[in-house]
Formats: sequence, C-alpha cells, structure tokens
Amino acid sequence: MTVAKPNSGLSMHDRPNSYIGKSVPRPNLDRLMQGRGAYVSDMELPRMAHVVFLRSPHAHAKIKAIDTFTAKRMPGVIAVVAGQELAAVITPWVGVLSHLKGLKSAPQHAIAIDRVCWQGEAVVALVAASRALAEDAAEAVSVEYEELEAVTDMRTALDSRTPVIHASLGDNLAFERIHEAGNADRAFADSDEVIETEFIFGRHTGVTLEPRAVVADWNPAEARLTIYQGTQAPHMVQNVAALHLGLAEQQVRVVCKDVGGSFGIKVHIYADEMATYALSKLLRRPIKFVADRVESFNTDIHARDHRCKGRIGVNRDGTITAFEIDDLTGIGPYSMYPRTSAIEANQVVNLVGGPYVTRNYRARARVVFQNKNVMCQYRAVGHPIACSVTEGLVDLAAMRIGLDPVEMRRRNLIPDDAYPCASPTGLRFEQLSHHASLDKLLGMMDYDGLRAEQATLRKKGIHRGIGIASFIEVTNPSAAFYGVGGAKISSQDGVAVRLDAQGSVICQTSITEQGQGSESLTAQIVGSVLGVSMERVRVILGDTDNTPYGGGTWASRGAGIGGEAALQAAKILRKNVLDIAAAILQSAPAELDIVNDAVVNASDGTPRIELKELARIVYFRPDTLPPGLQPELMATRHFVPREYPFAFTNGVQASWLEVDTETGFIKLLKHWVVEDCGTIINPQLVDEQIRGGVVQGLGAALFEKCVYDERGQLTNANMADYLVPMSGEMPDIDVGHVVSPTLESELGAKGAGEAGTAGAAAAVANAVNDALAPFGTLVAEIPLTPQVILTALGRI
Amino acid sequence: MTSPMSISLHVNGERVDAQVLPRLNLADFLREHLHLTGTHVGCEQGVCGACTVRVNDEIVRSCLVLAVQTNGASVQTIEGLSDSGEVADLQAAFRSRNALQCGYCTPGMLMTVQDLLKLEIAPDRERIREHLSGNYCRCTGYQAIIDAVQATARARMGNPS
Repeated sequence: MTVAKPNSGLSMHDRPNSYIGKSVPRPNLDRLMQGRGAYVSDMELPRMAHVVFLRSPHAHAKIKAIDTFTAKRMPGVIAVVAGQELAAVITPWVGVLSHLKGLKSAPQHAIAIDRVCWQGEAVVALVAASRALAEDAAEAVSVEYEELEAVTDMRTALDSRTPVIHASLGDNLAFERIHEAGNADRAFADSDEVIETEFIFGRHTGVTLEPRAVVADWNPAEARLTIYQGTQAPHMVQNVAALHLGLAEQQVRVVCKDVGGSFGIKVHIYADEMATYALSKLLRRPIKFVADRVESFNTDIHARDHRCKGRIGVNRDGTITAFEIDDLTGIGPYSMYPRTSAIEANQVVNLVGGPYVTRNYRARARVVFQNKNVMCQYRAVGHPIACSVTEGLVDLAAMRIGLDPVEMRRRNLIPDDAYPCASPTGLRFEQLSHHASLDKLLGMMDYDGLRAEQATLRKKGIHRGIGIASFIEVTNPSAAFYGVGGAKISSQDGVAVRLDAQGSVICQTSITEQGQGSESLTAQIVGSVLGVSMERVRVILGDTDNTPYGGGTWASRGAGIGGEAALQAAKILRKNVLDIAAAILQSAPAELDIVNDAVVNASDGTPRIELKELARIVYFRPDTLPPGLQPELMATRHFVPREYPFAFTNGVQASWLEVDTETGFIKLLKHWVVEDCGTIINPQLVDEQIRGGVVQGLGAALFEKCVYDERGQLTNANMADYLVPMSGEMPDIDVGHVVSPTLESELGAKGAGEAGTAGAAAAVANAVNDALAPFGTLVAEIPLTPQVILTALGRI
Repeated sequence: MTSPMSISLHVNGERVDAQVLPRLNLADFLREHLHLTGTHVGCEQGVCGACTVRVNDEIVRSCLVLAVQTNGASVQTIEGLSDSGEVADLQAAFRSRNALQCGYCTPGMLMTVQDLLKLEIAPDRERIREHLSGNYCRCTGYQAIIDAVQATARARMGNPS
C-alpha cells in the first residue's frame, strides 16, 4: 500500500513497541489455520439437543392444521413444537424505530402462528438427539395449508388490486421518505441537458460460509440463559433475548467465539434464533441450531433489490445542476428486528450525490412489503445503490456533453479545502479528500495509458472499458444510527486493560471479531501506548459476562470507536504504571517511560524495572510500597463519537474490463481503489478489508441474485445455482490511501470495512457502459449477466 | 433407516473403528463422531470446498463421500496436516500475507493448495486461481491467498526437500 500523508495525532509511532501503522500479523491465526477454531457450529454441550425447523413451502398461506402425531413418536425425537406453544415462552416483536418516521411493521412470532408470509418461514420446530433424526421427524409432520395470493412484485405492491399482506397496517407501504433541498425544479429547467434512467439492483445475500449457528443453554438451576452465537453484536442479542423471554439482561450471557463470516448477515436477530432461545427455556437443556445452506438462502437477510429512477441536470461547462431519485424497494413481509428494514432506503436518500457540490436535490424512497424473505442491512448498506445511481448519472451526463468522466468529476467533486461542510441531506463532512484520491488513483492506473490502449483495441474489435466511481462511506456511527430511534444497540464501546502478575496485558473489549482484525488492532494499540510487546497482550472479546458494554463490530465502527477506547484505557494504565514505578524507584513519573516491557529512564532509555517485577511487587509485596499508595493495574475507558454523527470516509474506485459482445461475458482485468479511512492502524488489514469488500461488490455486479418466481418461490437457493465470485474470475486489486484523520478521537481512525463494497459495482457498470459506448446502448441493471449484456446489444 | 455398518480406517495416521449408518457422510463422521471440527461444512453439496479432505492421497469433498466408502482408507484432515508439519510453510505464508479473515474456508483451502503444489512446482497466478476456483472464500477476495500460494511455491523451489 502507499500512503499520501504520514499518520499524525500520536506520539508513539517510532518506539520499539510501536505497532500503529504497521502490518503486523494478526494474533491467533494459527488456531484457524490448524482447524482448531471454535465456531458455534463445532460446539457440543452435555444433554444438548438439535433443532430443525420445518419451513413453509408457500410464500403466503393460511396454516389450517398441523399434524405432529407421527413425528413425536419418531426415534430420538424430544419435542415437536409449533408457534402457539412457543408463544407462551417468547413474545412477538415489531421491527420499527421511532426516528424513521412512519415506519410500520406487523408483530412477528418466533414460529409462524396461523399464517406464513414467506417461503422459508418456520412452521414447526423439531427437537431431537441429532440433526439427522430431527430432519427425519420433519418429514413426518403434515401441515395443511390454504395458499393465499402472494405479493411479489414491488412495482405493484401498492396498487389497490394487490392484497394487503398485513390487514392491520392498512396497506403494503412500510416506509416512505421524501427529501427536498435547494430548488430541483428550477435547476432542471435551467439545465442545458437533463438525463434520466432507471437503475435496477438485484436482490442478493451475504452467503457467509459458516451458516448462522446458535447454541442456547437455559440453566433453570441458575435461572440463566447462555447463548453461544456467531453474532456481531453480543450485547444487542442479550438485550433482545432477555426482553422477549421475560428475563433481566443479567440473566442472559452471550458468548461469541469464532464466526465463519458475517458481513452484516449476523448483526440481526432472526426468528429461528429466537425460537432456539425459547426452546432451550421450554425444554430446560441446551439446544443447537445450525442453518443448512438452503435455509441460509431462504432466511438469511437479503439486501438491495431496488429500482431507482435517477435524473441529473448538467450544463455544457460540466456543472452538475441537480440530482433527483425515486427509489423503490421491497423488504419481505416484516421489517427486520431490531435494526429495521428501512435503513437501506433511508441511506440511499442520504447518500445520493454525496461526493458532489450540487445543492439541488429531490428524493423519494418507498419501502414496500412483499411475500419474499426479509431484507435488511448487509455490508455497505445503501451505499452500493447510492453510488451506482450517482456515478451512473454522472457518467451519463459526461457522455451527453462529451466530457471525459474524470474531468467531469474534477469539476464537481467537493474541493478538498472546502471542509467542514454538509451535504444537501444534512450529512456533515469533517474532512474528505475526493480530489487527492482521484489524482492518486489516476496515477496508479495510468489512466491516459489505458485510454490509449482502449482506443487501439477497439479498432481490432476488442471492447474494453474504464469505469470510475467516487464514493462516500458512513463509518463510526454515533447514537444517531439506532439509539435515538429507541433501539438498545449501543454506539459506545469500552475497553478494560490490566497488567497481570507477570507483566503481561489482558484487554477486554466490547468490539467483536469475525476476521476483520479487531483483536489485532486492539493489541496493536494497547502495545503501542503501553510500550509492551504484542506477544504479551491478550485480547478477550465476544462475551457479555467478560467484556465492557458496547456495540460490537458493524457499520465500520470497530477500529474507530473500539480502537479509541483501547487507546484511552491504555493511557490510563500507562500513567498508573509509571506512578507506581516512580514510587518504587524514588523517581518522578515524567522521568520514566515504558519500552520493551520494562520501565526505563525517559532521558537515556536505561532499564529501571521490568513490568514483570513491578507486577510482582504490586500483587505480592504491596507491603513494600510507600504508605497511602494503592496501585490500580486495571483501567477502563469508553468512547463514542459526539461531535459528528458519522465519521464519513471517501474514496474512488476504477475498473478495467473487457466485454465479449458475442457471448455477453465480462472479464475483469484489474481494479483499483484509493480510500481515506484516516489513521491506518494496520495497513495490511485495511487493504484486505478493502479487497474483500470490493469482491463482494463485484459479486453483486456480475453474479449474485436471489431469483424469485411470480409465486414467491426462491428458485436458486443453493450454492450451485446462486453464483458467488470464485478465485478464477476475480482480478488483482490495487489499493492506495490518502490519510485524513478524524480529529474527534486521538487515534484518528475511521472505518474501512465497507468502502470496497460501496463503489465496486458502480465502477464495473460504468466500465461496461464505457466499453459498449460504440454500440450506443446503456446498461443500468446489476447483476450484469450475459443475458443483460446481450439484451442491451440487441443480440437476444 | 438401515442398520449401522462397521468400518475401519486410518484418520491422520490413527486407526479408527466405528459403527456408522450408511447415510452418514464423511464430513459429519469426522466432525461429529471423531470431533475433528477443523473440517468445515459450508454447502453440503460439494460446491464450496470448505469440507475438503484427503482420502488415499486424493482430495475429496467430504460432504459428498459416505463414511462407509472410507472403509480401509487413509484419511487426512487439516488437523493431521498441521500436526505433521506438512503445510507449516504454507500456513506461515498465509499468516504473513493475512490470507484468511474468518478462517472458515481456510482448512479446505490449505488442503487444495497443498494438492496443487504437490502436482505442480511453479504454478502461475492464473493457474492457482483456476485450481482454487472450487474453494469459496467470502472474506479475502482471494488475492492474498494467491499471493501466499505463489510465495510458498517459490520458497519450496528454492529449498527442495
């Protein structure tokens, strides 16, 4: 990676134990590489039973009768439980938040009662000694359904002829938001050119390689429920489980060890997980649920599935005069709990036009119910849609007035010296670097060279394209995201740091690890601040009994929020250690430093006392310390951003690809990203987050789509038919950085987990349209399958 | 359901005798009967590669093999390859390149990489990408894995054992 500006804001960058800004390997990778990880799907407990859910084959149906007589008598079967029986143990929920005004949803039960609303909704739980025996029993259950008309097409969901899914709600409109800024009408009327098109985004899903998994263990003797779950937000799970089981939060412990992929899929609480908690309470024993792959496709949240009409006004000098969008999305039959399913559309409204100076903006977003699987937040929530619409429109405008897409952006991106400033939707930007990022990107990719190559190849009938996409990304969310709407989802995080009796350091943090490197960044920060080698720092996370209270890892918040808490906690511990050392050494704290696990003279680095020895004295010979000195070798600090609701980051991506105009296949040749996430704690981990994020965006751009038929049946709910990126199709991705630290924290770090996903599809779509420019056609739909390409070319 | 059958095989060099139902697949046998949980299950239909193990020196999808088919066979899992040190250099390359994030695909990925590097000493990036196309990774975007494999191949060429 390359860095444009040096890190700043910290004084401990060049000491022997300075890990901030360095690509040190993550601790504990050996465990995962040797097959000694601890994923929930690996767990076994004494007396544990397995639950399998019989799920609705219909998208919408009344449950007329359930016959479990035979199933209950099958070998190994412990219990067969339907919705009504389970409802005595766990209450239903409604996925709304008060700050999303007008958002409505219907009560959802852990297991369906009387009616099923999507293909895959759980109807009966079968608990048996093994999963195989529970599956056998599921086949013996007979359910009589009366099929109801399914609402599947979001475009007609609000028509008067369309059935209303939840009669109590009056219509199928879950949420609507309208935003006006400036004067879009006048701006369009005065523009030299106005271009509009409709952008279509396929419904896709996260496909975590480890399916969702939970082991719930109700111990009636302790009146305590321990939930082992692959989740990004343990304290959120604790709150929700306690609330709906009628328990106090202290009666629920959530433990999260290794997690086989999350990407936002595992930041929600699903009905089948709630059912598993309730079954454990009902049956007074550990219950394990691991989704199989078909269940994953039918029940893991889906995302995107938007149809967004976009409009841009432009003058012949390249000035963008206005943006307008009309966005429509279908979210399934319920708003997801507890984060709700209106956030993605809300983000689209927030983010369209975000990188540009244009002040005139009109937006409408409508979120409708359908009889399909639920949709909710998945990596880069709303960003890929907003970015694809914005950048697609900007390219269309550039094409219309005959301006190079790079020059078009140079003339309209917010200048790097214009900060702080705000977007037309009121988003506040502390410091972004659109122009520096674009300049860096063009250098990395040799833009002019590629343009020349493109022209040469075009003469030979080879159609290559270059696509550029600038973007902004929401990171480090404050309480503005969920807390203000009433959700008990913490935006603050805490870290406790303590020196053990041999001078090693134990850190307990409320952020979580699903492979991003939370453990590493915490150890790097604590080691750097304390002057302790990383091998002596052990990080504990993912346990509500043993970490401070906090949000977890989602919305690109772990490094920026949890990292700052770690830094501040380590600073306090460092001060405490130096105070004690000064007392022992009859020196002054200011004359001492900690380097390489020992207290040294600040002036010349002479070793004075090893931390190991200091800890020995504190813990075992406190009688030798001066009277009145009470050592505190444990320190805790919390952090939450208060000044800015979100720490926006920015970046730009470029795609270089080739379109085979005979077959419609697209070959990705190269991809570049420059992004600005502020202070970089571990360059390698940041780059790998970017690359992984890009590839998830490329999957959406080219392959991934949940294909439903008109009856609401998901027709490709398996890994052979639902395509994800494979190594053979993915390009190498070059990553560069511009560094604009946030001044809201001492660390200065913003998030990086979603930037790759935010802009990848937009860059690819723009590159495809660039490649197809000689054919005078426009593609505005992803995934860009061969069928879409050949249709656009008029070949089929 | 039919009755259990007796099987006898070697797993990571240890002899195993077991009674298994004919329908039990090798992945579930390894994970649930032998508690070798390093073999992961991702799709249960032979697509994702997470459950890749070695049976008699060939890599197979253990979700597509029945346990009874391994009667008399020699099975190697990630636990065996790790403990023997056979893939220690490859694991070191994965570590230094951060070629894993959540780690769920990694045991299967290492199995498949080792298979490639036994077949070919100097595969280029395209060849590595092609050979690993049956092993899904949702975290890394693959580039770091390709880098780590290439680095290992080069190192092995420089230090033939």
